[in-house]
Formats: sequence, C-alpha cells, structure tokens
Amino acid sequence: MDGIRARCGRGEVLLADGAMGSLLMARGLEKGAAPESLNLSRPEVLEDIARLYLEAGAEIIQTNTFGASPLKLAKYGLAGRAAEINAAAVAAVRRTVGDKAYVSASVGPSGRLLLPFGDTSESDVLDSFLLQIAALLKAGVDAICVETMTDLTEARLAVQAARRLSSAIPVMATMTFEPTPRGFFTIMGVSIVAACRGLEEAGADLVGSNCGNGSAQMVAIAREFRKCTRLPLLIQSNAGIPELRQGQVRYPETPDCMAKMSRELLAAGVSVIGGCCGTTPDHIRAMRRAIDDGAKMKPGDPAQVR
Amino acid sequence: MEILQRIAQSLEAGDDGDVPGLTRQALAEGIAPKVVLDQGLIAGMNVVGEKFRVHEIFLPDVLLAAKAMYAGMDILKPLLSSAGVASRGRVVIGSVQGDLHDIGKNLVGIMLRGAGFEVVDLGNDVAAEKFVAEAKSRDARVIGMSALLTTTMPVMKEVVDLLKKENLHGRIKTIIGGAPVSREYAGEIGADAYGYDCAQAVERVKELAAAASLRGGTAAS
Repeated sequence: MDGIRARCGRGEVLLADGAMGSLLMARGLEKGAAPESLNLSRPEVLEDIARLYLEAGAEIIQTNTFGASPLKLAKYGLAGRAAEINAAAVAAVRRTVGDKAYVSASVGPSGRLLLPFGDTSESDVLDSFLLQIAALLKAGVDAICVETMTDLTEARLAVQAARRLSSAIPVMATMTFEPTPRGFFTIMGVSIVAACRGLEEAGADLVGSNCGNGSAQMVAIAREFRKCTRLPLLIQSNAGIPELRQGQVRYPETPDCMAKMSRELLAAGVSVIGGCCGTTPDHIRAMRRAIDDGAKMKPGDPAQVR
Repeated sequence: MEILQRIAQSLEAGDDGDVPGLTRQALAEGIAPKVVLDQGLIAGMNVVGEKFRVHEIFLPDVLLAAKAMYAGMDILKPLLSSAGVASRGRVVIGSVQGDLHDIGKNLVGIMLRGAGFEVVDLGNDVAAEKFVAEAKSRDARVIGMSALLTTTMPVMKEVVDLLKKENLHGRIKTIIGGAPVSREYAGEIGADAYGYDCAQAVERVKELAAAASLRGGTAAS
C-alpha cells in the first residue's frame, strides 16, 4: 500500500473516519474520566470502533490519543503512563485494520496556554509532544494527525516534534476556525493564511481544518485553504452544530448532508475528507459512496460538481 | 480625569508594564480608589470584553488585558478594603463537567473581581457535586456556570436539582451563560439568571447576591 502522501500526490481522495468521543460514551466511558484511560482498561472498545469505521469504508482510522500527551494526561494523574497509553491505542487499531487502512495518530492540544498569555513554556509543550509522538511512532503508526489546534505556536510545536523524530512520517495538521465578520479565525486569532504558512513551514505534509463547524462553513473554509497553499488538504467537519432536544444532544446533519458536503469538498480540491463530532459510521458510509461516485467521473465531465 | 482614560487605554493595549504606574499616578492625583477601579480598570476591561465578543480582538488580547487589570488591582485592593469598600460576597464559578472551554468563564471571573466580588474559580470540567460542595464550604452566595458545548449543558440542570435536593435553592443562587445557553434554557432548568455577555452577567450576579443576602444569608449560616 502506497503512503498517504504518494496517493494524495496522484490526486486520489482518501476517506478518514468519524467521531470517537460519542462512540466511547455510548460504550460506557464515564463522565469526568480521561477518554484515553480506556486504552489500557478496555482496548476491545477501540477495536470495536475501528472495525465500524473500517466497515463503513474509511481508509484512515484515528487512534484514541487526542488527549494522550503527558501535559494533558496530567489533569487525570496519568502523565506517567503516557507512553503505554499511546502504544495501546495504536496496537488496538492495528489489530483491527491490519494493512487495510492507515493508522493515523491523533495529537490534540496540551490544554495549556503558552507564555506570555498563560503559564506554560514552549519547551514544556514541545517535550510533552515529543514524548507522545515518540511512543506513537514506536508503536508503528502510518501518520501523525495534529488536530483541533487554535494556537499556531502550539500547533507548530507538535508538527516540529513529529518532524524532529521522523522525516518520513506523513504529518497532517488541522486547526479549528470560527466565522467572524472579518473572515475565519481561530479563537487565538489565527487566520487561514497564517495557519497555512506556519504549519507548512513547520513541516506539515497536509493542512486543513477540523471541528467547530458544520458542513456549509467547512466547505467555505476548504475553499479558503485552497487559495492559500499548494499542500494537500484535510477537512473533518462536525455533523452540524449540536442542539439540545429534551435533554438529549443531537447533531442535525444527516448522512445525506455530509455526502453532499463531500462532493463539494472534492470539487474544492480536498485530498482527505473525514468527520469530527457527531459523525457516525452511517455518515462515513454515505461519504464513501459520494467519494466513489466522484472518482468515477472524469475531469471535465459535465456531471461533476465544480 | 484624563489619567483614567490612559489607564483604560493601557489596559486595552494589554500593557501590564504601564498600568501599575498609571494607577499610582491617578491615586497621587487624589482620585478615589473606587473611581480608579470603575472608570479606569473596569472601563478598559469592558471595552476589551465587548471587542472580544464581536471578534474584533482574540483571546491573547483578552489574556494580556486581564494581566494588566490584575496588576492595577493589586495596588487598589488594600486601599479599597481600608476605605471600607466591602466585598459584595463570594461567587463560585466554573465551566461545567465535560467542557474544557473556559475563556468566557475567565472573563466573567475577571469582571466579577473588578466589581468587588470574591471569586472562587473552580476551573473547567467541574462536576455538579463539586459546584455545590464548594459553594457550601466557601459560604458563597452565587454559583456561576459556563458551557460552550451543548453536550455539557445538562450538568447545569444537575447543579440546580442538587441545590433543590439539599434545600439550598434560593439561598445559593445560580446563573448560567455560554454560547449555546439561553434565557429560555435558564427558565427550563430553574436557574435564577442568565448572562448574555460578561457585562450582563456581572449585573445579574449583583442582583442575585443582594437577593441571596436578603434571604438570611448563605449556606453556612
């Protein structure tokens, strides 16, 4: 199987998986517990989720390591177990997917604010990412996915940590934007053009956005990214903005909505399409069909959505 | 009163190097500490909060402004208490369990301190039981809860229900806020108030604290 970079370079479009947290909660993750604690206590849950997404047609399956950096795990008193927590997450997905899909290691924010705005130094954050990513690489992941970042300095530290440890590993990096009257910015004030420049310079192979938005905004974000960089793009949308109905949380966008979005993302030139919060295996299945239909159409085909 | 405008402007610029000096200068000019606080520091912070709300500035600017405000408050605090400007009471705040977003909550905390409240900030990811236990042990009049995620909002109802169960409803008041929260939701779960933005949250907390003290004080009394 060729690597992610080679396939994106040939113009192929890859489908990533959907939400993790909601599926963990449905399988008994307790409120207030670290989602990554399940990696050690109940790895069969991770296998179950990986299998659902693999069967739905995803080619990139993420590990349950979003909050598995030592700085983030420290909140739960688990910092000392970071290496084994990361290794267990990779092993569970690998057992399930073999070489039928890429295992992509999720690396989320440290949860700390960097100096001078907060109290954490860049070197502490870098060390934390180095430890996590070294464990992920050792366990044999196919890609590192730095995601849901809002601070460009922190995002760059994570990408640089991966690059320092391996020049060969594909590194994907996404940030979370919100619409403002002056365009899309992260809450820390990072624009899409600044994100492209900063992430590419730090060594990312794919850049893009995840979380925070439903499909309509994500398509707009993807188009903006396309104008700002030649790197392949990665987009993982929420299934809309969650609503509360009779005490139950509901994501409004149906599998059909996200299939439609996938066609628009294809047309916008996105290389890796996936889902974030609220995206279920059913959504991924519908997105699989949309991407396959799109791939059958030849360039210039009038039926193509462009 | 030009000096007060300069304090506000330095604070808006996030200049924690300038704000303490200007605060001292204002006091040296004979302006009352309470006036320096209200028309200098808080006036500046109000502008920062509003600009953040409309996305004109971003979180780093707010955090720097808050540092500048605290630098000025460190000078004013001893003078305010010796001048008999009493604390308005204690408020326990936090982002509800499951929610790791604490920007809005932090901003409200800053403004409440500026308004003379003692603020106990429980941070983010706070469980319902902890809100209530801390409010009881700290003798707080108000619990302020924030959520940015719809998924975490039900914890707000748990806090209100827990207060009712422990017969503290009315003695410890509740206020909720955050992007997905509304006045209607506050009514639905039985919270005492809803704060649309930081400034409104502070006004509501003032009313709630006054009402809570009228009802014969706080949990520990």
